[in-house]
Amino acid sequence: MTPTGTQAVLTVEGLRAHYQVSSFGIERDVRAVDDVSLHVSTNEIYGLAGESSCGKSTLVKAIAAAIRPPLRVLAGSISYRFGDRRMSLYELSADALAEIRWKHLSYIMQGSMSVLNPLRRVRSAFVDFAFRHIGKPMPEFLGIVEAHLKRLHLEPSVLDAYPHELSGGMRQRITIALATVCRPDFIAADEPTTALDVVVQKSVLSELRQTQREMGASMLFVTHDMAVHANLADRLGIMYAGRLVEEGTTAEVFKAPAHPYTAHLIASLPRIGDTEAREGLAGAPPNLANPPPGCRFHPRCPLAMDVCRREVPEMAWVSDTHRVACFAGKAEAA
Amino acid sequence: MSEPLLDVRGVVRTYTRGSLLAGKHFRAVDRVSFSLDVDRPEIFTIVGESGSGKTTLARMILAMTTPSEGSIRFRGTDLAEIHRRRDRLTFMHQVQPIFQNPFEAFNPLKRVDRYLMMTARRFAGVRGREAESAADQALHGVGLSLAEVKGRFPHELSGGQLQRIAVARALISRPALIVADEPVSMVDASLRISIVNLFKVLRDAHKVSIIYITHDLGTAYYISDRILIMNKGRAVESGDARTVLDNPQHPYSILLKSAVLSPDPAAREATLA
Repeated sequence: MTPTGTQAVLTVEGLRAHYQVSSFGIERDVRAVDDVSLHVSTNEIYGLAGESSCGKSTLVKAIAAAIRPPLRVLAGSISYRFGDRRMSLYELSADALAEIRWKHLSYIMQGSMSVLNPLRRVRSAFVDFAFRHIGKPMPEFLGIVEAHLKRLHLEPSVLDAYPHELSGGMRQRITIALATVCRPDFIAADEPTTALDVVVQKSVLSELRQTQREMGASMLFVTHDMAVHANLADRLGIMYAGRLVEEGTTAEVFKAPAHPYTAHLIASLPRIGDTEAREGLAGAPPNLANPPPGCRFHPRCPLAMDVCRREVPEMAWVSDTHRVACFAGKAEAA
Repeated sequence: MSEPLLDVRGVVRTYTRGSLLAGKHFRAVDRVSFSLDVDRPEIFTIVGESGSGKTTLARMILAMTTPSEGSIRFRGTDLAEIHRRRDRLTFMHQVQPIFQNPFEAFNPLKRVDRYLMMTARRFAGVRGREAESAADQALHGVGLSLAEVKGRFPHELSGGQLQRIAVARALISRPALIVADEPVSMVDASLRISIVNLFKVLRDAHKVSIIYITHDLGTAYYISDRILIMNKGRAVESGDARTVLDNPQHPYSILLKSAVLSPDPAAREATLA
């Protein structure tokens, strides 16, 4: 599955992650991630798209080893390859995990504008996160941090500031600096620019990409904003109701979407200079505690056939790099 | 010529910011003027980045904040003269808000239909059965029905449904003007278009004027009749939405337009340099 010449840094196979709640004898099993397989290669940005509550953030949590109850990984594997070291994420001891976290595997959290401790200066966040991984004496460590901040167009003086003294864009840059200061091999970024306005978003995105390219890191980038994906992602995965429904290079997915949901996502984007009437998708995403049988998209799908109501479509290859889980899409492409 | 629906004339709002670094006055909104015609309902869009004064301006139009200078008149009445409860209710009857984040706008411990009933009782002056039919009618206007939402708590509904309920709530009193402050920024791209399409229906079928505040130029171009671009509290450019966005003149408008990411992977290297 891996294209020749590049190596997969992250391989996810058949991952199932559910939120299991049991209270007063009522059990709820929310299937947030259901049988997802994907890989991310060296120096690649993998974009993950889909609407709210489709399981994007849950998948990122599983990949970044940030699973907390009631979220549980029930099946499947997540493995990383850092240089010559291969490891399976859920077989690692707590110590081994602490050693790779931030140094090899870093995570930019959703709403990361508010992850900084409001009572402590930015400097102490850097010391807490990165000091022991970089393993240099304090003055040298601060030199490295300052040089890294400069790369993200931040003054070294922000280290002495409290988070409330900084704008949203600056705080977002700081969380990106925190996640990249140890030069990790893999970055999982969950909606890092959603709360920013367009002007700031553009500069944060280009800095993030520049940093990623310089370090040769790989990145899993999650957002529901298709315009961001069009500009950032090398490959794109589309999630719907906990399942990966389509995957391909960004150009392929935008040019020839094979799943009706993807086609809708792309068609509904309003563009400047285009006033053609556009329609929203009727209906609501399914409740993941009780998803519909067959293809989970069938109640909203304009192409739904009988088979879609009975059977779950498997991922099938449309081209060497493009695969889709849809009975109708596959028939069309063949 | 008849009295304009809304006449905003040279409004200024000053805030004192910070004592930690240096306490200083700054103008969140600086001499902004525009007016909406009473006979011609329209979607009037205000765009600008965070901190450009969009929300402060909206709060002044909703009479939640008083201007430091200048005046805002709604059907000839100066909003600064609204003091009595009855005047305020009359005003709120005609001007209704829709807020940014539907999950924060609704109290998580209240059933959503209570908001609809409260609005019906207070502004439409109806109770019981009549209130229910007013709520149902408003919900039908946004593609929902009372049966679907009755007894539901906010967490049981999706963001898009909640935002449509917020629009329905605003419609119950049959307002002449709706002020929508970033109504789609917390909503997914696929639902965004349904909400903005709804605004078109409100304008055309219900004859409601809408002040649509956003930083999303894509939807602004899609639905607006007129546009006002704000930067640091000032109106830097305004006019017919398509004319302004197709060919922006002010350097800030040009910057804003160039920052919009095109949903086209073919043009990517040029945009994210």
